[in-house]
Amino acid sequence: MSDSAKYDVACTSSGVDRSGKQGSLGSANKSGICHSFSADGRCISLLKVLLTNVCIFDCKYCVNRESNDIVRAGFTPLELAELTINFYRRNYIEGLFLSSGVIISPNNTVEQMIKTLELLRNVYHFNGYIHVKAIPGAENDLITRLGLLADRMSINIELPSQDSLKLLAPNKTKESIMRPMGLISAKIQENSSDLVKFRHASKFVPAGQSTQLIVGATPDTDHKILTLTEALYKKYRLKRVFFSAYMPVAEHSLLPSLDIKPPLMREHRLYQADWLLRFYGFEAKELLDEQHPNFNLEVDPKCNWALNHLDKFPIEINKASYEVLLRVPGIGVTSAKRILTARRSGSLDFSGLKKLGIVLKRAQYFITCKGKIMEGLKITSDVAISTLMSNQYQLTSQGPEQLTLFDEPPITREDVQQCLTGQI
Amino acid sequence: MPDRTDLVYAYDGSFGGLMCCVFESYALKEIPRAIRPPDVEDSLFNTAKWIKSDEQKADRVFNSIPLKISPQAQELVKLGFLTCAPNKEFLIYQFLRLGFKHGSKVMTMLTDDTVCALQKAVHHLTRESHKFKGFIRFSIFGEVLVAVIEPKNFVLPLLSPHFCDRFRNETFMIYDKTHSMALIYRSQKAELIFVDELTLPTVDATELEYRRLWKQFYNTIAIEGRNNPRCRMSLMPKRYWGQMTEFNNNNDAENPSGSVQLLVAETATEIAPNAIGFLDSSFQYPTRK
Repeated sequence: MSDSAKYDVACTSSGVDRSGKQGSLGSANKSGICHSFSADGRCISLLKVLLTNVCIFDCKYCVNRESNDIVRAGFTPLELAELTINFYRRNYIEGLFLSSGVIISPNNTVEQMIKTLELLRNVYHFNGYIHVKAIPGAENDLITRLGLLADRMSINIELPSQDSLKLLAPNKTKESIMRPMGLISAKIQENSSDLVKFRHASKFVPAGQSTQLIVGATPDTDHKILTLTEALYKKYRLKRVFFSAYMPVAEHSLLPSLDIKPPLMREHRLYQADWLLRFYGFEAKELLDEQHPNFNLEVDPKCNWALNHLDKFPIEINKASYEVLLRVPGIGVTSAKRILTARRSGSLDFSGLKKLGIVLKRAQYFITCKGKIMEGLKITSDVAISTLMSNQYQLTSQGPEQLTLFDEPPITREDVQQCLTGQI
Repeated sequence: MPDRTDLVYAYDGSFGGLMCCVFESYALKEIPRAIRPPDVEDSLFNTAKWIKSDEQKADRVFNSIPLKISPQAQELVKLGFLTCAPNKEFLIYQFLRLGFKHGSKVMTMLTDDTVCALQKAVHHLTRESHKFKGFIRFSIFGEVLVAVIEPKNFVLPLLSPHFCDRFRNETFMIYDKTHSMALIYRSQKAELIFVDELTLPTVDATELEYRRLWKQFYNTIAIEGRNNPRCRMSLMPKRYWGQMTEFNNNNDAENPSGSVQLLVAETATEIAPNAIGFLDSSFQYPTRK
């Protein structure tokens, strides 16, 4: 069953803190816990399974689509609950990630899922993490009941536009996905005000909701995907948006051919940008626009932004605010906070920054300490840095001057390029 | 203050003993060059000065930390004592000297070598203990859950609150092979004991079946087209693999007898399940009397 479920990328167990209870098994941890890492390097935290891989939908990109000729099987709620409890007691997993193909009807499927979760929560007294997938097209009442039993609920959008949906997922519409998403978001809101009123009101998906978008199955641009992502965070208050590089699992005239490689680098850049949105105070429109609809695969989005805004640099480490520090390539959330702490007991120099764990190889081009740039740093002119960076910035007219600059040993063109693109 | 370059302190290996070293240094206005746990032999030319543990002195030093420096500094020192930093005693000593001089400001002196080294060591400890929260694998023998770990740092005190909370109604044991200690939780009470040797009985069919299912799950969940062994290795270094079910190929256990056998040393320390508060001056870090 998990073979069919594996293409779902979300596997976080985070977002809720719940301590153990007398007479029940399990707890939940706010930061999430990874219990293992699979050969593809992804975190295994939850027992990710389908209740069944029988499906009446025919989404072209999916292994479980109705028209695909595979062996169909299913769990009974009891079997699945047993398995979860036994894995949990051995500390194999942090909880359950329950999804399902659509059997008979969306409503019927959701009822089966509710039965499983009720068994786990009420009979086995399972107090660990449960992530459940809402089925597009199911009734509001059922979604609500499901949400009261789970920690997180998600609905996969998969395709970033209505047109792509119509083409590849004929049984889903934008409405059938967005309606439950809106419902969940409204319920969470309503619930949080209830909790103020009634201390014992039961919690509706306390760890929030998430979704997933497929990258590379359709011609949608990064700009479109990222703008949608931002809207989902703002409007629907999603906790996470996951991206999944399209893995060709099905052959169809409307899809990329089976032998293409999944666009992993593009997926990686999208995740980096997603981080910038959530933790670094960036906005989608700062990173991409109509003229540059896709990410530069050579340079990470933050570096790319910095290179396009060289007028804002270098910044003085001892004076810059937290928000400004976060915009420097090579300084992350932890380092920025450490800089603020360390500044309270004295001003910082480059050797101090190194001790704090700042990636100087990347940051050196963008900062000064006590008004000085890093010693031995040869390149200072804006043009030189950007020329170095990547093909996009190469200005042919300056070719000869560059060469003289790099005949000197300390920094080679490759070095800088590697540093700035982070391939060390 | 005489800064004698040949002065070396030796102590009994307990946290309280280390606090007494700090006391001694201030009382006699002398600065040692090193502080050694008892299992290290004297070198030919310098004989270490033995510092006797004294509960009262230890408490005086320990209780003055939150007052003269800060509660966070006290926490850092407690955690620092659990790390595997080779010179952790001296590091803590130097940190406390700095702290008593600069007060709470010491916690912001992140570029100072001592503070930086101590925080790094503690970070290593907390990161390792977080990893073990996920990577520990229990086997079930009858009603008892047993896990074996081989950590670098002494992580059991940090794992205790997490697992005691999660498996509230279970009986379990986590055996730390590196430090020959075990965390035992039964009837709602946790204790740390020295364990020399642990022999486990054969596992039953149910246990084998769930191990098999887990391995199968582990192998199917990976997507072949995205294979990335380097990424896995950096997130889950090989040193953890030895005790993890998914990488373990020999299913047959070692000993055909029926129950879990422990070769237990005499000392047993009872610990509170919810805090590392048990780490008071009487606590013995894995060096025996």
